[in-house]
Amino acid sequence: MILTRSDIENIARLARLALTEQEIPVYVEGLSRIMGLVGELERADTSQVEPMAHPLPGQRQRLRADVITETDRHELYQRNAPQVEAGLYLVPRVIE
Amino acid sequence: MSALHDKSVAELSAALRARQVSSVEVTQAFLERVTRHQADLNAFISITAEAALAEAAQADARLRSQDAGPLTGVPIAHKDIFCTRGEKTTCGSRMLANFVSPYDATVVERLRAAGVVMLGKTNMDEFAMGSSNETSFFGPVRNPWDVARVPGGSSGGSAVAVAARLAPAATATDTGGSIRQPAALCGVTGLKPTYGRVSRFGMIAFASSLDQGGLITRSAEDAALLLGAMAGFDERDSTSVELPVPDYSGALGQPLKGLKIGVLKEFFDNGLDPAIEQHIRAALDLLHAQGAVIKDVSLPHLPLSVPTYYVVAPAECSSNLARFDGVRYGHRCDKPRDLLDLYQRSRGEGFGAEVKRRIMTGTYVLSAGYYDAFYLKAQRVRQLISNDFERAFHEVDVVIGPTTPTAAFELGAKTSDPVTMYLNDIYTIGANLAGLPAISVPCGLAQGLPTGMQIIGPHFGEERLLNVAHRYQLETDWHRRTPPGFA
Repeated sequence: MILTRSDIENIARLARLALTEQEIPVYVEGLSRIMGLVGELERADTSQVEPMAHPLPGQRQRLRADVITETDRHELYQRNAPQVEAGLYLVPRVIE
Repeated sequence: MSALHDKSVAELSAALRARQVSSVEVTQAFLERVTRHQADLNAFISITAEAALAEAAQADARLRSQDAGPLTGVPIAHKDIFCTRGEKTTCGSRMLANFVSPYDATVVERLRAAGVVMLGKTNMDEFAMGSSNETSFFGPVRNPWDVARVPGGSSGGSAVAVAARLAPAATATDTGGSIRQPAALCGVTGLKPTYGRVSRFGMIAFASSLDQGGLITRSAEDAALLLGAMAGFDERDSTSVELPVPDYSGALGQPLKGLKIGVLKEFFDNGLDPAIEQHIRAALDLLHAQGAVIKDVSLPHLPLSVPTYYVVAPAECSSNLARFDGVRYGHRCDKPRDLLDLYQRSRGEGFGAEVKRRIMTGTYVLSAGYYDAFYLKAQRVRQLISNDFERAFHEVDVVIGPTTPTAAFELGAKTSDPVTMYLNDIYTIGANLAGLPAISVPCGLAQGLPTGMQIIGPHFGEERLLNVAHRYQLETDWHRRTPPGFA
């Protein structure tokens, strides 16, 4: 399966990744090869099988009670934020 | 008495409790080696010497007051994918190069509570995506058996730390072989437990239906000791399984008489180095001599495990790594023009080439119009692979094969084509897709380089795997071999 330059640009936009001009042909080549490998899956007859939903047979995702268990630790967590002011995360203006 | 750095976890545990040596002395001995070999091996991203010595002093106090468990005062290293409170947790990425975790992963918390001392955080492929430890933002790790060669990945730093005797054991994670493959390439023991056996809380997510925390050690005996302290139910991980943790150490000595071993036909293919095949056949003979029954088993869909994995893992990766937005934590680009530019450039700069390749592959296979053809198709084939294993475990107790097709390759040898690199994990990925436990043990040298035998068991069959590995290690000394110059 061969992907094109415009496929890669579209995928990068969906994935919110800025690519440099030099990176684009590398990913055209790399993803085309990977999708070629993935094409081998066609060999398997899967008409009678359901998609696997959990790595352990019979297991279901456990749900927790809908109660607040976390304490307010925003000061601690915001120490890792690139830009904070008055307890708020700063981003470029979204609404003019 | 052997040098401190040459002692196993079990030996250190005994020496500490007999008060023949203090935890501060042991910790200092390992820290000295970690520091000395950082320039040539690059096994660590952070060396937490100050905190380690403080923890060691606390452990010594517990040992003096008879308040110590079997692991109190034993130093180990943590893969830098596990969050460690107050210390950098980078996941091998520029994205998290300055991230200081506000909390401990459950694995770290449990080992800390057991009195284990942390020496530092080991180097790894960026976000655990790689099979050679060449994708780390902090530079490649080198194999102590030959520094021109890779240690394997993604847990390359953990495998090298244990192989070069910089730490008696290290934590690691395995999504497609990231514990077993580097363990095989570095001549150490690597255990990937059953999916859900060890909590994923605080373990930075790559592919959540495949990721599992485990161990790199020098022997199955040491892995049993540490797994007992790490494993168990954790309500903070929604896929953690509510099952009691057995006494892994207690099960080690069980005789192998009557054990049914399946030899995985699909693993002995054209790509396998004949020297490795010879070692595996010799190991099977040895296990047969101990009373095990050997029979061939076939898993017809196993050859499709690599293409299946390269849909499922990138799909989950693209979703998990969407959280890195340059806003709440992680790398942020300079002077963003607007919010979209902030996201795109922060992510474009913060992630390395392989991580971007996986995010884009995942985005593609999940995108409108392709989801059924790729993602659902792969999840169906995944079910077929899982069914193959289930059928095999009706006939045999464990299955055995090689861990990798070849011994360690040279740095740069496989970086130009992603598919060539991905095929390194051809024998390891099956266990992840089916959620099964597996262990790699050293089984011989090929041109002076270590090779690994892989033992895969049914879900929650860790006791049996450790038992078979331990009995093998009682009869062989491959796991005691030290890379020349690191004894």
